[in-house]
This record gives sequence, structure tokens and C-alpha cells, in this order.
Amino acid sequence: MKFELRGITKRFPGVVANDGVNLHVSTGEVLALIGENGAGKSTLMNVLYGLYRADEGELLIDGKPSHFSSPADAIAAGIGMVHQHFMLVPVMTVAENVVLGVEPTGRFGSLDIDEARRMVREVSDKYSLELDPDAVIEDLSVGVRQRVEIVKVLMRDAKIVVFDEPTAVLTPSEILEFFEIVRSLVAAGRGVIFITHKLKEALSVADRINVLRRGKVVGEALPKNTSESQIAEMMVGRAVQLVVDKTEAVPRESMLDVRNVTVVEPDGRVVVDDVTFEVRVGEIVGVAGVQGNGQTELVEAIAGLRRAASGSIVLGGRDITTDSPRERHEAGMAHIPEDRQRQGLVTDLSIVENLVLTRYHDSEFSSGIRMKWDVAKTRAKELVAAYDIRTTDPAQPASTLSGGNQQKVIVARELSREIRLAVAAQPTRGIDVGSIEYVHAQIVKERDAGRAVLVVSTELDEVMSLADRVLVMYRGRIVADVDPKKVSHMDIGLYMAGSRPSGAVA
Amino acid sequence: MNDTLKSLRFTLLAVVAALFVSAFIIVITDIEALGNGDFGKALSTLGTAYWGLFKGSFGSLRAISNTITGATPLLLAGLAVSSAFKAGLFNIGATGQMLAGAITGLWVGFAFQLPPLLHVPLALVASAVGGAAFGAIPGILKARTGAHEVITTIMLNGIASFTVLWLLKTELFKREGRDDAISKFVEDSAKLPKLFWFMGKRIDLLAHTGFVVALLATFVFWWLLRKTTLGFEMQATGLNQEAARYAGMRTKSLMVVSMAIAGSFAGLAGGTEVMGLYGYASATVAGDIGFDAIAVALLGRSTPIGTLVSALLFGALQAGGRQMQVDTDVPIDLIIVLRALIVMFIAAPLLVKAMFRVKGEVKSFGQTFRGWGG
Repeated sequence: MKFELRGITKRFPGVVANDGVNLHVSTGEVLALIGENGAGKSTLMNVLYGLYRADEGELLIDGKPSHFSSPADAIAAGIGMVHQHFMLVPVMTVAENVVLGVEPTGRFGSLDIDEARRMVREVSDKYSLELDPDAVIEDLSVGVRQRVEIVKVLMRDAKIVVFDEPTAVLTPSEILEFFEIVRSLVAAGRGVIFITHKLKEALSVADRINVLRRGKVVGEALPKNTSESQIAEMMVGRAVQLVVDKTEAVPRESMLDVRNVTVVEPDGRVVVDDVTFEVRVGEIVGVAGVQGNGQTELVEAIAGLRRAASGSIVLGGRDITTDSPRERHEAGMAHIPEDRQRQGLVTDLSIVENLVLTRYHDSEFSSGIRMKWDVAKTRAKELVAAYDIRTTDPAQPASTLSGGNQQKVIVARELSREIRLAVAAQPTRGIDVGSIEYVHAQIVKERDAGRAVLVVSTELDEVMSLADRVLVMYRGRIVADVDPKKVSHMDIGLYMAGSRPSGAVA
Repeated sequence: MNDTLKSLRFTLLAVVAALFVSAFIIVITDIEALGNGDFGKALSTLGTAYWGLFKGSFGSLRAISNTITGATPLLLAGLAVSSAFKAGLFNIGATGQMLAGAITGLWVGFAFQLPPLLHVPLALVASAVGGAAFGAIPGILKARTGAHEVITTIMLNGIASFTVLWLLKTELFKREGRDDAISKFVEDSAKLPKLFWFMGKRIDLLAHTGFVVALLATFVFWWLLRKTTLGFEMQATGLNQEAARYAGMRTKSLMVVSMAIAGSFAGLAGGTEVMGLYGYASATVAGDIGFDAIAVALLGRSTPIGTLVSALLFGALQAGGRQMQVDTDVPIDLIIVLRALIVMFIAAPLLVKAMFRVKGEVKSFGQTFRGWGG
């Protein structure tokens, strides 16, 4: 089967999300669709899946024009979609979830769960997905849940399977397993569209790569004769620095001193377990680890959003263990939180307001109870220019900005004042290549200006290239403290998984 | 088109849609005329009814006075709901806070002998403080125990009603020679002057300067939101509590402060009714105003100007409805239906969008109700 989009244009008020897009995919091949956030990938997929109707252009299946007015039409035509956010019922079993909506029934319409189990086992064996039909979803890891979604799509007999940012939630080893699954799908004669913004992944799994920029396909590439930087350049429209450009760190005195800090959840679980480390002036310390190993809680304890059950936190000689977030802020701590939408910004407020969110009480922006909005506005204009925040008007709500520009708002707010320590959690999560480059450069600049920097990231590449010293967290403990130039990605990966490279001394 | 204009147009369309549906109701309930197959008469009933509605609300000075009289407590109580909304709290307790403010204002109104220039402001302050204190209770409960304000404010309404009923029968408040729950009169020096005092001794012009108090309160609400750190904190907390906490705002104290501010607006609503309209308090002084205020805030999108406009609209409907009932057989209950329809059309934006083929995205009101779950 050959599936083709020809001249697809989709407009929203004020934007052309897709502008005359042509692409095609056949069974037996992997097409990677790569582009920055806001390039129009999701819109295109929603058109393809029958969720949006294109304003112009046509869909062709084996050369015949087709119309999808709903996902049901797309499914009937053999298109399957694995969404980034899984659509599973957590309290039900794998078999129950998989047959949801297409239940095999026995006499009198009763659910034939044995048949469902058999179907799951059959598909699972065929593609070596290793799924237990009786496992309950909420007990499964994210990687396994994704495989359940894949089975769901396959059982509906999809010829072309669309994956929307499938690796965003996976650990490095799960990503490798995922690639195996993609290859076995293709080997079994199905086609795959793989949507991503990660260059490495597109290069390692795709047969062809289409690059989308500002709603247009700006290039097609074959992985075997294309480099990462060539694709990055196509995505962004200019040459991009992929490696962090920095000099050797010159660490001086200790700025942040975390000693024996333990954080306990209300239900008694120990999430940060006796953690001790220091961050010195002039160095970037990176914390690596698979999501959910206590990094979030550690950062919250340092920022004052969570109380440490025991241990002490000292900032520049002052014990801040029991200080409020504001007191820590005033003591010179900047915090770039891991979830910009949930914590870092009030997206319904304007860019101006967001730029003073943590600073409105400074005498610069208010006197007594009165806000000095004119000062805030002037300052916002300066910051928008200095930090390259792409907006037409800072009075617009922050929700109108792309993810990368939202992150720049936070970076601008947190780093544009006199600070002593910058704590950045997942500073580049979900933002485009151009913005990543920018945020990394800012972080290095802070280090070189004599601040201490703590970066927490689940992106191993990011920690390895940005940090001068890498700590690995596993199950709430720091299991390694290494020099990123002296260890391999592989070794760090082992630490992240809780084991220890042979012959290594932690 | 900018957002404010868009939402204004949208609100207007909702009102028009509600008037349409109400017209339909008026026509089909004119049984007598329809029974005779006389559509013309049914339509003329409709004409008379809507003319009455307009005449009774804006058609004369007296009509305008009635509109303002009705709008005054609705505006103040509406601010109580709007200001809480802005801080992410759903204040169903305007009724209770009004009663609290009515009682404290009443007490200052009759217990002291002061010159009017002192007595009126003092009694107003007492109303605001009474309402604020009563409003703070659900705030404290939420901050300390996590009890949802929707539940606690509803319960506190009951507590306030019966406490007032009891208080009005105590020696302190009881009117001489009366056995029912009705209070003494406030001193003349504590009475709010009539709004149209310059018109001489026309006793039919009930509007009082409580309306000026309400306008000032609207301005204070605007000033609070736009110009103060507290207002900024309230809005940030209301829109994203996690982010507010991250930004170092003390979200728990803000809950208490926000509810106290909301309560003070409602308290003024109770106080101005006592000091401006009735001159005394009874157990029904708050009436349904506290609940209508929710609709007022909703219709006004919780903004200062929006609350003002929708309070005036509701006041007009109330005043006009009485005239409509006099001029035709259409009962004033239709006004309740009309108001309900307006709120319904506002709450179901897609419906209006489809009816009037409005292009573009319509922001759902679901957002106003954020905080239900938390």
C-alpha cells in the first residue's frame, strides 16, 4: 500500500500550519518526519488521521483519492496512530485495553476474554513484544504501555502506523527496544511514519527523512548520506551548534553544599536518600538519571518547594534548609523548574507579568503594595530583545509563545539578575534545536560569569555535553560522581540502570 | 479583534439568544390567544411584554432608579464572587457574608449616636469587616484542612441565616413590640442618602448612594487587580497555584486574604441594603442576591467592568420584569427563566457559536470554574 499526501494546506486564524505539504510512505519503509515544535507536524498528522480537514490538497491511497472525515475512516483505510499520550485504562488488563471498542463477543454479546487474550498473545509473539495479556496497565512501565498501544493499532489491522514522538517518554534502553519493534513491523510489511524532533533517532531508524519547517517540507534526506548537522540546519534554517561550546571549568569555592539530605513522601516512601554533594563557583554539575529516581524531589528540596526530612542545605555559607522559596530566591538562588507550563509560568498571564513572576516584590518592580507595571514593561522589552524571545507584543499571554520561547522567558527571568546559584531542571525539555543551543549557551555564560550551576536532566547527551562534573541518581541515591570526559555514555547508562561498570570506582 | 471585544460581543449574543428563546416561551404560553388561533394577539402580547421590560428598566427616571436599586447589591455581591474567582476560589457564600455584613452594619447603625459624616462610613466599615471576617472562615478552613470552599461556603450560608434569625429575636436587635424576626431601625444619621435627593421629596425614587459605594468597590477591585502586588498574587494563584508557590507566593495566606476581600464586598452588599434601602434588617435581607451574584460574576467574566455591566443588566431585568407583569399577563417568573437562559448560553458557548455562526475560537467558561476539583 502506498499512502500519499499531496499539496496539503491547513490554515488556522492567523497561521498557515501546513503549506502545500507533499509526502508519501509505502508499506515496508520507515519515514521520519522531523521538525521543530510548531513546524506543523502534529497538524499534518491530525489531517492524515481524519481529525482535521485540510483546506486544500488531497489524500491518495494507492493512487486513489480518499477522504477521511473522522479517525474511524482513517482506521478503516489502514492507518493506525500511536499517540504521545497513551489512551489506556489504567485499572484494566492488557487484553481488556487492547480489545476496547472492538471486543470479541461470545453468545448473547458477552465479552470473550479468552479470545482477547489469544489475540494479544498472537500479535505479541509475532512481533516479539513480550506482553502478558493479564497484566494490569498501571503496573507496567511506560515502555511496555507503549507496546500495548502498538498492539492496539496492529489488531485494527493498520498498514501504516504513525508514531507521534514515541521516544519522549522512554529510557535509553527502551528506545533501543522500540527501534527493534519498528524494524520488525517493517519486516512484516507494514509502513511506519515516525514523528520526532530528535535527529539521532531519525537517522538511526528511518529509511527516508522529511524535514518540516514553518508548515512546509523543506527537504528530504536519506540517512546514509546525511549528517546530523545538515538535518539540524534544514530544521532551523541556519547552521546550528550541536555540541556545547565551552572552555575548561575553573571551579573555585563551594557555593551549594547539600549534606545528607533525605526527602520522604507523605506515604513514607524515601525518594531522596541521604544525598551529599557540592556545587562550586565556576562549574556546572549535572545530575543524570532515568526520570523518577528522585531528581525532581531533590531539586524541589533545594528550591524550598519541599521540606527535607533530614540533612542540611547551605548556600554560600548560609544555612537555607528551612528557608522559604522566596528567602532562597533572595539569597541568590535562581530556579528553572522542570515543568514550565505547570510551574515556571502562569501561561494565561502576559509575558510581562511572567517576566516578573518571581521578582515582583523586588523594590525595582513594586513599592509597598503598588506594582510598578511601567517599569516591568520597559524591563520586559529589554529582556525580550536580549534573550531573543520571539513575540510581537509582550502584553500577549505567555500561552501564545512556542515552547522554546516560553523557556526563554523563564531563563530570562531567572538569570537576568544578580544570582549566586542557578538550578536548572530539564532546561531544554521539549524545545526546538535553536532554543536548546541558546539555553545551553546561557547556562555556560552563567558559569563563566562566576556562578555555580546545577543542571538536572534525563537527556544523557545534554548532561554529558553541558556538565563539568556528572552525578548519577538511581533510586534516590547518588551512585556516581564522574568526569564526563573520562567516562563513556555506556558506563553512565549502566549507572543509570543501577549497575556498575566493571572495574569502576564510584 | 481583540479578546475583550470578542468576549463582549459574545456575551451580547448570549443575551440576544436568551431574549429569542424567552419570546418563544411568551408566545406559546399565551394559551388563550393560541387557542383561538390568534397568532397576531400572541405576538402583540410579546411586543407589550418586551416594551414593558424596557419601559420598566430604562423608560423613566423612576425605572432607572429601580434598575439601580436592584443592581446595587447585585454588583457588590457579584464582586464578592468575581474577586474570589480571580483567586481561583468559588465563593458560593455571598449570602452568608451579606448577612454578616448586614448585622454588623445594623448594630453600628443603631447602637451609636454620631454625626452622619462619621456614622455612615463607620457603619459601612463595620459591614465590610463583618463580611470579611465571615468570608475568611472558609479561606482558613481550606488553607488549614483543604476543605473545599464550595462545600464550606454553602454550609456557612445556613449557619449565617439561622444565626441572624436568632439574633434578630434577641433583646439587642429586636424591634420594640414585634415578635417576629425584625430588627430596630438604624439611626437616621446612619442612613445612606438617596441617590436622587436633588429631585426633592419623591418617595418613589428608591435608589440610594449604596450604588456609589458599589461603584467605588468596583474601582477598588480593578485597582487591586491591576495595580497591586496582592492582586498580582491573587491572579497568579488563581490561574496556576503550582507556579505561584514556585514563585514564592504564600498561597495559603492568599486564600484567606482573598476570601476576606470577597467577604468584605458581600458584607457591603448587606450593609448598604440595610442602611440604604430598608433601614432595618430582617431574616430575608439577603434574599437570593448571593446566588444571583454567581450568575452576575459568570456573565461578567469576573472582570470589574464585566461585573458592573452584568449587575446593571440583572437589575434592569428585575425592574423591567415587574413592569412587564403589570402590563401583560406574563409573570415576573419569566425573568428568572430569561436570566437562566442567559447564563446557559454563556456556559454553552458552542451553542451560541452555532446559532450566530461566529467564526473563530470561543474561550470556554470552563476555565472560570477551575478549582472545583481542588
